[in-house]
Amino acid sequence: MTAKRMNGAQILLECLAREGVEVIYGYPGGVVLPLYHRFPEYPQLKHVLVRHEQGAAHAADGYARASGRLGVCLATSGPGATNLVTGIATAWMDSVPLLAVTGNVARNLLGKDGFQEADITGITMPITKHNYLVMDVDDLAYTVREAIYIATTGRRGPVLVDIPKDVFIDETSFQWPEEVSVRGYKPTYHGHVGQMRKAAKLIDEARRPLILAGHGVIASGGHDALRDFAEKAGIPVLTTFLGIGSFPADHVLSYGWMGMHGAYHANQAANHADLIIAIGMRFDDRAMGRYSDFNPGCKIVHIDIDPAEIGKNLPVTVPIVGDVKVVLAGLIEEAKPNSHVEWLHWIDKVRTEHPSFTVPETAGLSVQYAVRQIWEVTQGEAVVVTGVGQHQMWVGQHYPFHRPRALISSGGLGTMGYEVPAAIGAAMARPGEVVWSVCGDGGFQMTVQELATAVDQDVNVKFAVMNNGYLGMVRQWQELFYQHNYVSVDTARELCQPDFVKLAEAYGIPARRATAQAEARKAIEWAQATPGPVLVEFVVEPEDNVWPMVPAGASLAETMEEPRPQEVRA
Amino acid sequence: MTPKHTLVALVEDRPGVLNRVASLFRRRGFNIHSLAVGPTEVDGISRMTIVVDGATTQVEQVEKQLYKLIDVVKVSDLTHDRMVARELMLVKVRCNNLNRAEVVQICELFRADIVDVGESTLVIQAVGDEEKLEALLALLKPYGVREVARTGRVAMARGLTSTSVEAEPPDIHLHHMRVGRRPERRLPYVSD
Repeated sequence: MTAKRMNGAQILLECLAREGVEVIYGYPGGVVLPLYHRFPEYPQLKHVLVRHEQGAAHAADGYARASGRLGVCLATSGPGATNLVTGIATAWMDSVPLLAVTGNVARNLLGKDGFQEADITGITMPITKHNYLVMDVDDLAYTVREAIYIATTGRRGPVLVDIPKDVFIDETSFQWPEEVSVRGYKPTYHGHVGQMRKAAKLIDEARRPLILAGHGVIASGGHDALRDFAEKAGIPVLTTFLGIGSFPADHVLSYGWMGMHGAYHANQAANHADLIIAIGMRFDDRAMGRYSDFNPGCKIVHIDIDPAEIGKNLPVTVPIVGDVKVVLAGLIEEAKPNSHVEWLHWIDKVRTEHPSFTVPETAGLSVQYAVRQIWEVTQGEAVVVTGVGQHQMWVGQHYPFHRPRALISSGGLGTMGYEVPAAIGAAMARPGEVVWSVCGDGGFQMTVQELATAVDQDVNVKFAVMNNGYLGMVRQWQELFYQHNYVSVDTARELCQPDFVKLAEAYGIPARRATAQAEARKAIEWAQATPGPVLVEFVVEPEDNVWPMVPAGASLAETMEEPRPQEVRA
Repeated sequence: MTPKHTLVALVEDRPGVLNRVASLFRRRGFNIHSLAVGPTEVDGISRMTIVVDGATTQVEQVEKQLYKLIDVVKVSDLTHDRMVARELMLVKVRCNNLNRAEVVQICELFRADIVDVGESTLVIQAVGDEEKLEALLALLKPYGVREVARTGRVAMARGLTSTSVEAEPPDIHLHHMRVGRRPERRLPYVSD
């Protein structure tokens, strides 16, 4: 077999095609012109032109989360590359498999501060799993393959490959590297047998065991194993925010999600358990509250694929490093059948006495009500993408998810504006399904330009803009912890809010506004029935707060149910 | 004295690897006391000896975070092993015809070498653990220390224990040896 002569641009595209990539979100520019020149030769690679590179990274991220496959984004050098940064960091914090390809200036100009040069490998070092600067076309094929291998295995994450312009142009004989091996990178998938036995013993002895399921359950495809394990051992399940969907919300052992705006009973249960089995989660501060006061005396079994997460935030009794799905399969064998009736009753009682996620009794329109209506109309089957803030929490609270990869949200980095491009990516990953992008009026305007991409791609995304005329979560904190001193949060007046319906229509997107409950339901039904991108603006209560709430820096035991303003140390 | 930990990291000799390690320490708030880098017995592998302050830094986290870097192949904590730890120091000290002999005598006591003799200065090269070097410096101070250059600690376990890496398949090794290399420059990356 004679190796085919190809240039760098062709090699990159050939490798992506061979790796099974179908969609690339990108934006052209000077140094990637030699690459774009070759796109027509690879019709199996669909290039989606976004309107801002941040949108490319988020769309690729949404695609990856919705499909479980690699997301790919592409940008030119300099500002193109730096515009990807927020999206790469978002993927990094939530362990999303992402390949970011950037062009750079020609090799002889590197380090000379030429036009549109940015040291993107230096810039993205702390927010990528790994990154590469390819200095020779002979290294390109292997590098792309290794980059994809690293992004999609172990604890997944973003990998960036930076390619100088003349490397795209240089020719070489193409050789597909059959084997990839990185001696500094050997992820552990199988849990240590001895540790699993120890964990099984603790589980058997526990009187008040509790499972905390995180995003890792979804990433590993371990949701069925989690259900089997919880059922066999009779253990109630809480999830983190990103773990929502890892365990069916309508399951008898499901007790919702914990954390800053999680259920009151969930936080109390976490604080009263005598054994926590933490699965594919990293004890984030938003989930755990103040570490020093977190349920002292509670034993912890921690299952995670990343050894560095063990003991990072909380001391762990029995760590098990491995892939959640694989480890759970082993634990199911080891675990003895059990049912913790008294413990379940205890949580049930707290849940009955302290109902958490209530829809406010108001004549006007609330986000909670709108989200519930979306849930009803979509029969709980939609893929829901959210932005960041109050509406994000209310989606978590009022839209029960019963399957994984149905809630897509920026949990770790908390990136406002994620919802618009990520929904486009999610919709492209899940053709035939309806995607609801629940937006805040603040975040929506951060990436509103991607509405053009939505029209362009004719994606089935229903944008639900929750317009309360405030940056709601910031306003809530100013109300509760900064003596009602509202500064720079009034989007309606200070920032001169646009007319969202007209704005959508300007992009060619059918849109409606709902200001009352009856209107909201009708608008949701209309949106659901209308194919392609649609926008509904919900004009909602301006000063509603998300409850319950664990103030920043407080412990889960201090979960606030009622609005009790107080100054809290951050 | 705060407890110091001696970590040895074997890393791929590639552009940016020092940056990755340094950036990791900065970002996670780990304190580096010293860091020494050099080539090893294996082509393409560099050895970093990192001394961290155990009082302010979770050493186990440092090890795990280092392992997360793709270019880091092997990490050992030698602190609790029997080890040989050495540092090299160059000191430029003032002296004149009257006191030169005294300085030379001090050097002899410390088994330090005089590597440069000037009209009014001596350059002394000393090797040893930090305590020894500190003691030498203290004795030289009254003569007037003009300049000090120290390498930071390098360390190795005594006996059979060794920090080493397995070889990789030849094809892949070839790829890895080339990654990021500028065609016209073949300088070793340990300098990066």
